[in-house]
Amino acid sequence: MGPSGSGKSTLLNLIAGLDKPDSGSIIVQGIDISLLLETELAKWRADNIGFIFQFYNLIPVLTAFENVELPLILTRLSKNERKKHVLTALSLVGLDDRMDHYPGQLSGGQQQRVAIARAVVTDPVILVADEPTGDLDRLSARDVLNLMENLSKSIGKTIVMVTHDPRAAKKAGSIMYLDKGVLADVPQTSFQECV
Amino acid sequence: MFLKLLFRNAFRHKLRTFLTICGICVAILAFGLLRTVISAWYAGVDSASATRLITRNSISLVFPLPISYKEKIRNIDGVKTVSAASWFGAYYIDEKNFFANFAVESKSYLDLYPEFMIPPDQKSSLLKERKGCAVGEKLAKRFGWKLGDAVILKGTIFPGNWEFIIKAIYKGSNKNIDESQFFFHWEYLNETMKKHVPRRADQVGFYMIGIRSPDIAATTAQEIDKMFKNSYAETMTETEKAFQMSFISLSQTILNVIELVTIIVIVIIMAVVANTMAMSVRERMSEYAVFKTLGFGGLHLAVLILGESLLITSLGCIMGIILTFPAADAFLGAVGDYFPIFNVSGDTIYLDIIASIIVGIVAAVFPIRQAVSVPIASGLGRIG
Repeated sequence: MGPSGSGKSTLLNLIAGLDKPDSGSIIVQGIDISLLLETELAKWRADNIGFIFQFYNLIPVLTAFENVELPLILTRLSKNERKKHVLTALSLVGLDDRMDHYPGQLSGGQQQRVAIARAVVTDPVILVADEPTGDLDRLSARDVLNLMENLSKSIGKTIVMVTHDPRAAKKAGSIMYLDKGVLADVPQTSFQECV
Repeated sequence: MFLKLLFRNAFRHKLRTFLTICGICVAILAFGLLRTVISAWYAGVDSASATRLITRNSISLVFPLPISYKEKIRNIDGVKTVSAASWFGAYYIDEKNFFANFAVESKSYLDLYPEFMIPPDQKSSLLKERKGCAVGEKLAKRFGWKLGDAVILKGTIFPGNWEFIIKAIYKGSNKNIDESQFFFHWEYLNETMKKHVPRRADQVGFYMIGIRSPDIAATTAQEIDKMFKNSYAETMTETEKAFQMSFISLSQTILNVIELVTIIVIVIIMAVVANTMAMSVRERMSEYAVFKTLGFGGLHLAVLILGESLLITSLGCIMGIILTFPAADAFLGAVGDYFPIFNVSGDTIYLDIIASIIVGIVAAVFPIRQAVSVPIASGLGRIG
């Protein structure tokens, strides 16, 4: 958690291999990902990271099914196997009945659930979520948080989440606070004031 | 899936894509028509035979050669057939009714030019009739002439009213043969000249020479010219192709301008497509960032963008090619008198396709570079 501009998303991008540090190293699962080449990093991301964005970032011209199938195109799975994986992921988020809908035909909460299905479909090691409830109403936010909690508990996914939302933070096993680029176990004064 | 995405992306902004496709279609249509105009100019060169030589006066085509040269040329080793002809330069009723008309030695001429196809009965009828003439099917259609019709041409180089009877209507053996020519017996011209202007009798404009093989063209031409060196009418002999090219070189500047315009048309449409692609990619930058986040590399993005660009240009190209044919017909209807042969050639279609592929590729280069090089975090558009 942390105030706006504290560097939460930057930290998340670094952990997920979306960005490279100016100095230092980032070690994830024993691999210094800051040393990987762009193509190696892309493959590493595909194999290890599932990313959930605040604004869902689904591809508008693809259906829910196709959006979830997208990361599987990079794997060696056959079409049938891909279909099986996509259906499993969509039923996990409770949207198997909406698989032929385009993002524009889904509510914000449903779109975020499709995004979660897309993030988990490759069975990544870490799920990285950048303010996943930031664009949702209270009810939808609650559903998404419950879903993420279930994923963490039922299939043992590590979720690294950045949030402003104290309700989201309550679901976390461990909370770290970031302020002006400094990470701490307890919130800094400015953030406490902000909350 | 990639193909599906490519198609859906291409038609995401239907109006913009439609207008871009229309732009490409018009550009390809203009490109195709201009290339066809250039091809029409070269039609005579393309249909020239490698086993035919043309001998003319070395000063200029305007100056005649004596008919006595004919037998001398025939005796040169390698020469199979010799025919003589003169540009007649007459018109029908009004000067605007222009068409090519020649006085030829009909029998040898038809032997030398089998591409002018005349039915045997018409051919024998033509050869028997002193005032007989042969006209191309297109020319006959233009003036509504039929076999047996009497036609009067008004002479310019050979003044007076010249009466002819249409004894043959020829067809071209292929679509590159000019079917708008008019030719009649040189003997008829010569006899009239003998009677009225004797100093212009026994003269021809040029000789057409059939040789045994294309390999001996250069040596035979040299031998002919050598034979008449230091005579009062020195000759210049060249292949039929070179002879035709000498006419084209007179209008080379116009052809260069037309070629330049074809290139400009392509460059303009390249800019239009590049603009469309750049706009599309800029709008989708966050989607490309998502692709990268999911593990897709630069090559995948390049395929998506290039594919979309090529799809749009291909559709425009196909429409342009389809429309080129009726447009060429309409063009021919309007200016057919100046372009007796105006066919959309296979080469023009290939050039259309190549031009659209080049446009598609070039238009995609900058957007690809943009999409591939933008950092994921910037592409996603926000850093907390």
